[in-house]
Amino acid sequence: MSGPAIHVERLVFAYPDGRQALYGVDFTVQRGERVALLGPNGAGKTTLVLHLNGILGSVAGGTGSGRIQIGGTGLHREHLPEVRRKVGLVFQDPDDQLFMPTVRDDVAFGPANLGLRGSELDDRVHEALVQVGMQDHADLAPHHLSFGQRRRVAVATVLAMRPEVLVLDEPSSNLDPAARRELSDILSGLDVTLLMITHDLPYALQLCERSLLMDDGRIVADGRTRDLLGDADLMAAHRLELPYGFDPLSVPGPERKG
Amino acid sequence: MSGDGLLVTVDSRVHRLPAHVKIVALFVLVLAVVSTPAAAFWAFGLYAVMLVAAVVTARLPVLLVARRLTVETPFIVFALLLPFVATGPRVDVLGLELSQSGVLGAWNVLAKGTLGVVAAIVLSATTGPRDLLAGLERLRLPATLVAILSFMIRYLSVVSDDLHRMRIARESRGYAGGRAGHLKAVAGGVGALFVRSFERGERVHLAMRSRGYTGRMPLLSTRGATSSQWLEGLAISLAAVAVALAVRVVGL
Repeated sequence: MSGPAIHVERLVFAYPDGRQALYGVDFTVQRGERVALLGPNGAGKTTLVLHLNGILGSVAGGTGSGRIQIGGTGLHREHLPEVRRKVGLVFQDPDDQLFMPTVRDDVAFGPANLGLRGSELDDRVHEALVQVGMQDHADLAPHHLSFGQRRRVAVATVLAMRPEVLVLDEPSSNLDPAARRELSDILSGLDVTLLMITHDLPYALQLCERSLLMDDGRIVADGRTRDLLGDADLMAAHRLELPYGFDPLSVPGPERKG
Repeated sequence: MSGDGLLVTVDSRVHRLPAHVKIVALFVLVLAVVSTPAAAFWAFGLYAVMLVAAVVTARLPVLLVARRLTVETPFIVFALLLPFVATGPRVDVLGLELSQSGVLGAWNVLAKGTLGVVAAIVLSATTGPRDLLAGLERLRLPATLVAILSFMIRYLSVVSDDLHRMRIARESRGYAGGRAGHLKAVAGGVGALFVRSFERGERVHLAMRSRGYTGRMPLLSTRGATSSQWLEGLAISLAAVAVALAVRVVGL
């Protein structure tokens, strides 16, 4: 049980319709790191994260080559249940992630698949809901929640599986400013390795010390978030733009807290 | 479409009964009612009294039950047609020549239909959708069917929101096609909606597999029913069975 949290080597993948999405991706994320995955639409970010728990790629019976290691163990068909527990994926649309009749049933879905039953299962569900501050809404149906609450429950559904790596696909999209801040409070308080796809560059700077920049199915830059965001030429070359008036050199980031 | 389904949120003895008890009770009651010969008028009177008692115990507003009874309308229309189209010996009712077997047939459809619908209304108004699912699961309905029902309940509101947004988008761009034009637009919209729902289904499946789904849904947690709850829930149904048996066997 040693080795980096995520290690990806020469990952290549094309969709069944022939569209090539990944052209050789290499990167390593150490345990406890918080990394943002930046890049324009269509760069292959979501495709990449769907590989990390074996949803896409050769282990899932698809095409593609390359090597992925999660926590030091290679991704193989026989390890898939274990890998899916270790890598928790939070999808972009909470309506895709919350499919059970109530919040409680939904959060219980993952741990129940891991074999938990009875009071152990109830404890696990409660613990995950407390982590995102939604313990008072356990008996509600997902569509009775606000969008921000649904996003938090979606995070809880994954936390209930006690993942080692939390992977989020655009966690701040469609959230109002308060919900966005509440989510960042929750995320920064979690003790897991974090990989976060985002177009919200201030969010990346606030939460992640390191960033990977992806374009055209390749990692084109890997470094401190502040340095990447401050490199105007690099940003312009890959269709990334900072919000109006935002100066990445003038705001505090996660590195100053530690 | 609210996700609470038809649940009326008051607290009553009927609301507190476990869902699977209520489902069995409904099933038994409907069987008893259906197996009663149409000519045994007094039996239907008794059934009606029992169901009114159930509605009162469940503390359901009478107006609401009456409004929900309107789902029965197509059957009523059919039943009212029967005396005119059926053949056989004729009787004279208020100056109209009606078929005797037709009148009895109409009564049969009306009485049994109404009793069944009222019983179903009591079940649906006292049981939330999630409890209904858990109850069906406890009654060993195949897990796949339970899962399909559960997804339907969960995504009905999502899909109808989609439909609503598509209609607003259409009207915002000045669409005014009249009734027929609207139908045409909705038909086109349904195609798009199907594709969207299909894609959502794929994403949901990915999300399920990400959380360790291997083809078996975990059971919804429910508590079992005590024998006194069974007795309480089945009281009306058992009485109805007794009445039906009395009609059949004793020939009262």
